[in-house]
Amino acid sequence: MKKYLPLILLAVFSVLPLLGLSSYVMHILIFVIMWAVIGMAWNLLGGYCGQVSFGHAAFFGIGAYTSGILYSKLGVSAWWGMPLSLLVVTASSLVIGYIFLRLRGPFFALGTLAMGVILRVTAENLTAFTEGDLGIMIRERTWVEKIWYYYIILIIAACTFYLIKKVVESKLGYYFVAIREDQDAAESLGINTTYYKTVALCLSAVITGLAGAFYTNYMGYIDPKVVFALHDISIVAIMVVMVGGVATYWGPLVGSVIMVVLAEVIRSIPKLGTAHHTLFGILLIVIIIFLPNGIVGDYKKLKRFFGVRRAL
Amino acid sequence: MSLLEVKDVSMFFGGLAAISNVSFSIQKGEILGLIGPNGAGKTTMFNVVNGFYNPTKGEVHFKDKKISGHKPYQICRLGIARTFQVVKPLQRMSVLDNVIASAFLRVKSRTQAEERAIETIKFAGLYDDRNVISKGLPLGKRKKLEIARALATQPEMLLLDESFAGLNPSELDDSIGIIKKIKDRGITIMIIEHHMRVIMSISDRIVVLNYGEKIAEGTPHEIGSNPLVVEAYLGEAQDA
Repeated sequence: MKKYLPLILLAVFSVLPLLGLSSYVMHILIFVIMWAVIGMAWNLLGGYCGQVSFGHAAFFGIGAYTSGILYSKLGVSAWWGMPLSLLVVTASSLVIGYIFLRLRGPFFALGTLAMGVILRVTAENLTAFTEGDLGIMIRERTWVEKIWYYYIILIIAACTFYLIKKVVESKLGYYFVAIREDQDAAESLGINTTYYKTVALCLSAVITGLAGAFYTNYMGYIDPKVVFALHDISIVAIMVVMVGGVATYWGPLVGSVIMVVLAEVIRSIPKLGTAHHTLFGILLIVIIIFLPNGIVGDYKKLKRFFGVRRAL
Repeated sequence: MSLLEVKDVSMFFGGLAAISNVSFSIQKGEILGLIGPNGAGKTTMFNVVNGFYNPTKGEVHFKDKKISGHKPYQICRLGIARTFQVVKPLQRMSVLDNVIASAFLRVKSRTQAEERAIETIKFAGLYDDRNVISKGLPLGKRKKLEIARALATQPEMLLLDESFAGLNPSELDDSIGIIKKIKDRGITIMIIEHHMRVIMSISDRIVVLNYGEKIAEGTPHEIGSNPLVVEAYLGEAQDA
């Protein structure tokens, strides 16, 4: 049963749109899946390999702008941005990795935090390419219906899930976790830590960039403050994983469902809506204190907690 | 031909000479003990051989090839594995996964790595604990895990840094048995140890360091009666 869970879930997600859901609900679903993809990507680097990035908006933004610039400057369909973003993000993650992966622990986190901000400021000022704060608008939308966007992101999510599962269960996965647990021990076990950290960063970045390219096509508008946002992209990527469960297969999906739905619910509450970042902050604190391994990681703890309450 | 040769190695940290002009060599198949008082430079010597430090002066040769200046993972690949004095298990991994991670150095597939890992932990006497998360292991077993993990990389030479410290007498005998079995497999061993009974009984030869300098080298018997070593480290035998 457990073995077939991914397939069952994929089947459920595939038939969901056939229920005639409203375009609003479809939008929420697309965002849930997109955030699950970004969460899975972050989880590979931060959860399994232990390199906590506060700058995943950089990769998201590079992916998004690959699509955007392709459309606005070369007049090519923004969809070509998705395959092209694989190349662009790989190249940029190699450069970024070369600079930042020599930093360890909190220093890596701070480095990536700065990297995200640097890219946002660059995108704001490089108006010749990015149109700066005006942003890029995709005028010809491919579909009005959301259903095709939904299936595209669902395929990306399924492939990402499969890829990460394969990676984690292979030699790579063992090496990533070994690096997370003790970099010196890993090095002395014959693991080229710089190389494998770069591989983890590259994979994680490419998937995030792909989500970014999808975002451009789906939303039809990007600007630096949105796609390179620290609080709306980088931090949310971390929260999705922290809430759902670090270094678990299902954590990013669970976290993404909770985060996206919660954000919508909170925003719809009159007067409280603008405070949704504050509430997210409080949620994060509660999770870190009581469920440090996230909902999936501390599932047994949760079950016991509610079981005890029922018994009383 | 000697397997490992340390040639005139010096290691300075700022103005402090942690090791100065030390030379010795290890023959294939022997157990070399490295002893000396605290701060004598024993672990520094391991860090030089293992590649964590690049020696300030001198060279280390393994199988007639220069290895000083190489990275630790390259040296491990060449066939030198080590354990740490302060054990460094991969904490949130099970005992088996720890060993699988290091077995992957020589094999590609997960099944082969697991096979090799299971064989190694049986050898080290950890099979019953294979699913325990290594964070929760008692010290004696962690030390064994260090040895198992190093062995799983299929080394030709093993560096053991105080693998006996803090063990109780029965664990001690256990570990001595394991070391002897490792030697029987043809693996050369360099061992740092403060436990005199252990070092005297298992070493073929002993090198003594004091303040970063080599003060003696010889068989356990020669070392035990060397006045310099007695003064620096072993202490006078008291007349009872």
